[in-house]
Amino acid sequence: MAAPVLRRGCRGRLWALACVDGGSCHGRGAPTGSPSNRIRGQSSVAQQPLHTAQKPRKGEHNWAAVVGLEIHAQISSNSKLFSGSQVRFSAPPNSLVSFFDASLPGTLPVLNRRCVEAAVMTGLALNCHINKKSLFDRKHYFYADLPAGYQITQQRLPIAVNGSLTYGVSAGKERGQVIPKTVRVKQIQLEQDSGKSLHDDLRSQTLIDLNRAGVGLLEVVLEPDLSCGEEAATAVRELQLILQTLGTSQANMAEGQLRVDANISVHHPGEPLGVRTEVKNLNSIRFLAKAIDYEIQRQINELENGGEILNETRSFHEKLGCTVSMRDKEAKQDYRFMPEPNLPPLLLYDATSLPIGADPRQVIDIDQIRETLPELPSVTRERLVQQYGMLPEHSFTLLNEVGLLEFFQNVIKETRAEPKKVTSWVLNIFLGYLKQENLAVSESPVTPSALAELLDLLDSRTISSSAAKQVFEELWKREGKTPGQIVSEKQLELMQDRGALEQFCYSVMDVKKGNPRAINKLIGLVRKATLNRADPAVIKEILEKQLSS
Amino acid sequence: MWARALWLGLRAPLGGPRGFTSKTDLQGSGRITAEMIEHLERLALVDFGSREAVARLEKAIAFADRLRAVDTDGVEPMESVLEDRCLYLRSDNVVEGNCADELLQNSHRVVEEYFVAPPGNIPLPKLDEQEPFPHS
Repeated sequence: MAAPVLRRGCRGRLWALACVDGGSCHGRGAPTGSPSNRIRGQSSVAQQPLHTAQKPRKGEHNWAAVVGLEIHAQISSNSKLFSGSQVRFSAPPNSLVSFFDASLPGTLPVLNRRCVEAAVMTGLALNCHINKKSLFDRKHYFYADLPAGYQITQQRLPIAVNGSLTYGVSAGKERGQVIPKTVRVKQIQLEQDSGKSLHDDLRSQTLIDLNRAGVGLLEVVLEPDLSCGEEAATAVRELQLILQTLGTSQANMAEGQLRVDANISVHHPGEPLGVRTEVKNLNSIRFLAKAIDYEIQRQINELENGGEILNETRSFHEKLGCTVSMRDKEAKQDYRFMPEPNLPPLLLYDATSLPIGADPRQVIDIDQIRETLPELPSVTRERLVQQYGMLPEHSFTLLNEVGLLEFFQNVIKETRAEPKKVTSWVLNIFLGYLKQENLAVSESPVTPSALAELLDLLDSRTISSSAAKQVFEELWKREGKTPGQIVSEKQLELMQDRGALEQFCYSVMDVKKGNPRAINKLIGLVRKATLNRADPAVIKEILEKQLSS
Repeated sequence: MWARALWLGLRAPLGGPRGFTSKTDLQGSGRITAEMIEHLERLALVDFGSREAVARLEKAIAFADRLRAVDTDGVEPMESVLEDRCLYLRSDNVVEGNCADELLQNSHRVVEEYFVAPPGNIPLPKLDEQEPFPHS
């Protein structure tokens, strides 16, 4: 398969604009490094190699891509969806498996209350209609990691439907402007996870570990409102944040707690939708964007060369950066859905319909759950912008990094400095140092108190801005000194004695009266003479006064 | 023999199943094609080894088709005999697990506490590769 020729149609920024304005991303080249890097925080869009094709290819029409996502999030609970065995990431093989999980005859599913609450919370956070009655079904297919031969899911009547997920695309002419976009949530359903297969090609066998079999999953199905990898990645990132804020899922993609399958097709605007392919095996947000963009381009290339798109399942090959066909999957599966005969309908209540005298452990009140919802990321961001006057873009970055918001708020609490100063220091300098050494906020050598003290020194003009940066560098070395100690040790205090400073100024002055540009050179000389311990603003003021006299 | 013809005659036109769509809908002729048999064998891993078995299947379908004679307009289907029962909600506590040894005893082959399975699904032999049995 030939690698796609990436058309260098537009720069990254323009492409993002196209996303926002047109509502559909046109297949002209892939993002070369979009501004939404900052929204995504730790994961950045991979830089695509630029194959320059100066002239557009012949017969290049407008293409629109359609992307639908199916997201599986592992529910954060102690025990599994239908059994009492433990949910844990790593454990000895088959040690977290009950008789039901192993599908031994005579076992029955018993629904976990926590999983239902998690589903309702997530549905409410995504503005869904919660179905007061939902049903469980069996989805049949044969695979060694599915011991029962079927998965219990909710196909006919899921627990939540018709919601929306709003995410922000960084674009627009003003810096820091964020444009909200929405993708519709088709439904949210509860279902079982399967076990894990380890393929041993050497001995031509597969090793099965059922620890994961039966763990509760929330499947979030998004309508195909997305049109490119960037939109998909941003939407998934936002969903990840929401799930983590709610506590319903830790949504860690690297640990398999969040899995995304993408359905992708292309068509000419105005014409019917094209044949879609399904791309699986996407285990990071960065690869999600990359895979979707690659697949869109592949389909465009194929169709423009007169080929056709097969309705197939493809896998993303990380090292090659391309999607490959998964030939061992049958083209069409007949899952023979049937109602789960061992589970009655799931009934939920609200304040008006709560049955009197019912055991509270046996009923779930939607209104009560709504009241316990924590502040959602979008609301938090809005509040940060209003309260601290920061750019929307900054609020995204603060929420994107684990623990950064808490760090920021702790500094704000302890310092007298202005919020804008704190924002700038936390997002530029502090975050910069963290990224350089690939550290998490929790691993930072600088505590909020230390930074607060440093900012106080800066705010009271005890030290200059450049001195403050020096102090920060020292703090990062983990030598246990406070900012105050470092300042006095390194003699970084600004000269407070105006008289002495005036002497310095006189001593460096060449008689270059009347030349305003020379003053910068003089400022430089004074700074050097005072070993950088003078406030440049004050130097300038004194020199100007002296020059004019 | 005549009874069967009667049943086929009584059958109301296909109203279409509600809820699920399934590929195993009969085309209405009462005969089951070889293609259909292959499909069913693949889905359910049963073996329709003989013409007799297929005939029995056709009879079973025809027998069940008598249901179509009942007028169900405006009547909600009953999907589960449990529909009036209360779905019990379990509290989220860990009470099971830690029986790997017992479970692994059920497996024909075991490697270091893993169940051993063949690599992927073993495909069934294709229709033309099978031993043909006499179609009537």
